[in-house]
Amino acid sequence: MRASEFVRVRDDRLAFLVVGLLGVIWIIAYNNLQPFADWATYTLLGLSRESQLGEAVNFFLYDVPKILLLLSGMIFLITLVQTFINTERVRALVEKRGAGVGNLMASIFGAITPFCSCSSVPLFIGFVQAGIPLGITFSFLITSPIMNEVAFVMLLGLFGWKVALLYLASGIIIGVVAGLILGQMKLERYVEPFVYAVKSRGGQAVTPDDRPTWVERFGQAAESTREIVGRVWLFVIIGIGIGAFIHGFVPEDALTGIMGAGAWWSVPASVLLGIPLYSNAAGIIPIVSAMLGKGAALGTVLAFMMSVVALSLPEMIILRKVLKPQLIAIFVSVVALSIIATGYLFNLVV
Amino acid sequence: MVTIKILGSGCANCKRLEQEVREALTGSSIDYEIVKVTDYADIMTYGILSTPGLVMNEQVLAAGRIPKRQQILEWASQFDGRQ
Repeated sequence: MRASEFVRVRDDRLAFLVVGLLGVIWIIAYNNLQPFADWATYTLLGLSRESQLGEAVNFFLYDVPKILLLLSGMIFLITLVQTFINTERVRALVEKRGAGVGNLMASIFGAITPFCSCSSVPLFIGFVQAGIPLGITFSFLITSPIMNEVAFVMLLGLFGWKVALLYLASGIIIGVVAGLILGQMKLERYVEPFVYAVKSRGGQAVTPDDRPTWVERFGQAAESTREIVGRVWLFVIIGIGIGAFIHGFVPEDALTGIMGAGAWWSVPASVLLGIPLYSNAAGIIPIVSAMLGKGAALGTVLAFMMSVVALSLPEMIILRKVLKPQLIAIFVSVVALSIIATGYLFNLVV
Repeated sequence: MVTIKILGSGCANCKRLEQEVREALTGSSIDYEIVKVTDYADIMTYGILSTPGLVMNEQVLAAGRIPKRQQILEWASQFDGRQ
C-alpha cells in the first residue's frame, strides 16, 4: 500500500466515525421530540393541556425541531447519493433506449437531479446533442422541477412515508406520460435553434482523474445540506407557525366545503392558484398539512403543492434559455393538466 | 500565461468558483487571466453537462463542482510550467 493510499483509507475511516457519531446523536434527538415539546409547552411555558393555545404551541414545538432534523438528515443522504451519479454515464444509458424505457429512465434521473440553471439547461442541450429524442428529454425536464428534495422530506415528516412515495411515483409517472405526449407533437421547431447548432469540440470532455474520497463526498453533501437547509429553514418555521394556528384554532371540517373531495372544481382551482406561488414549498407544505386535518382532500392538497413546486416564473425564465415561448406554454399546460389528473386520481382512490 | 475560463451563466456556484480561483492563485507567481463564459451556446462547445465548468488553456478540468483551492493551484502550476 502506497503512503497516499494509506492516508486516504485512514481519513475515510475517520470521516465514517464522525458521520456515524452524528447519526447516533440524530437518532437520539429524533426519538425525544414529543417529550421535549411536552416539557417545553406544559412545564416551561406553563400552558394548559386543554387550551387551544397550548395545543397550537405544543404542535409548533414538536414539528419545528422534527422537520429541521429530518431535513438535515435526509438532505444529507440525498446529496450524498447525488455524488455517485455520473451524468455522462446516465446520458449514455438513456441514449441506447427508445421511447418508453428511455422516458422512464430520464424521468427517474430527473427525480434525483435538482432543477436549476446550473444543471438543467446544460443537460437539456447535452441530451439534444447526443440525439436523444425530444420526448425523452422532456421526461427529464418535467420530473426534475416536480420532484423537489425539500418537498419530499417535508411530506415524509408531515404526511408519512405513503404520501411521500405517492408524490415520488406520481412525479415520475407525470414525467413519463407527459414526455410521451410531447414526443408525439413534433415540437423540435420550438426549441431555440442554437441548441441544435452547438457542436462539441469532440473527445471526452471531462475525465475525472479519480473517484472522490469519502471525505470529499461527505464534505460535498454537508456543504449542499447547509446551503439547502439555510435557504428554507425560515419558511419552514413560518409555515409550521401558520399550520399550528390552523391546527389549534380552525374548527374541524371548516374546509370540507371548499377543499373536500366533493368540491370537483377545487383541484383545478388549487393548481391554478399554485402556479404564481413560488419558493415557499417549504412553507406551504405545513400549511396544507394542517388543512388536511380540517377536511381538505388529499388529492386537492397534493395537486396544490405540486403546482407550487413544479410551475413557477423562475423556472420558466430558466427554460426560456432553450425553449421558445410557444413551447413553454405547451410545457406548462401539459404539466398543469397532468397534475390536475393526479389530484382527481388521489381524491378518487384515497 | 494561463487562460482560465469559468463556464456558467452567473449561477451562485459559478461566482463562487471564480472567487475560489482568484483566492487559490493569490500570492503565486503564476501569470493568468480569467475569462467568464456565460453564453450557453459557447459553454456547451466544451461538452460539459453541468456548470460551473473550469477550463485552463482550453482543457476542461472540472464540471458541476468546485474543486479545492489546492487542486486549482496545482493545475494552474502545471499549465504555467508547460510554457
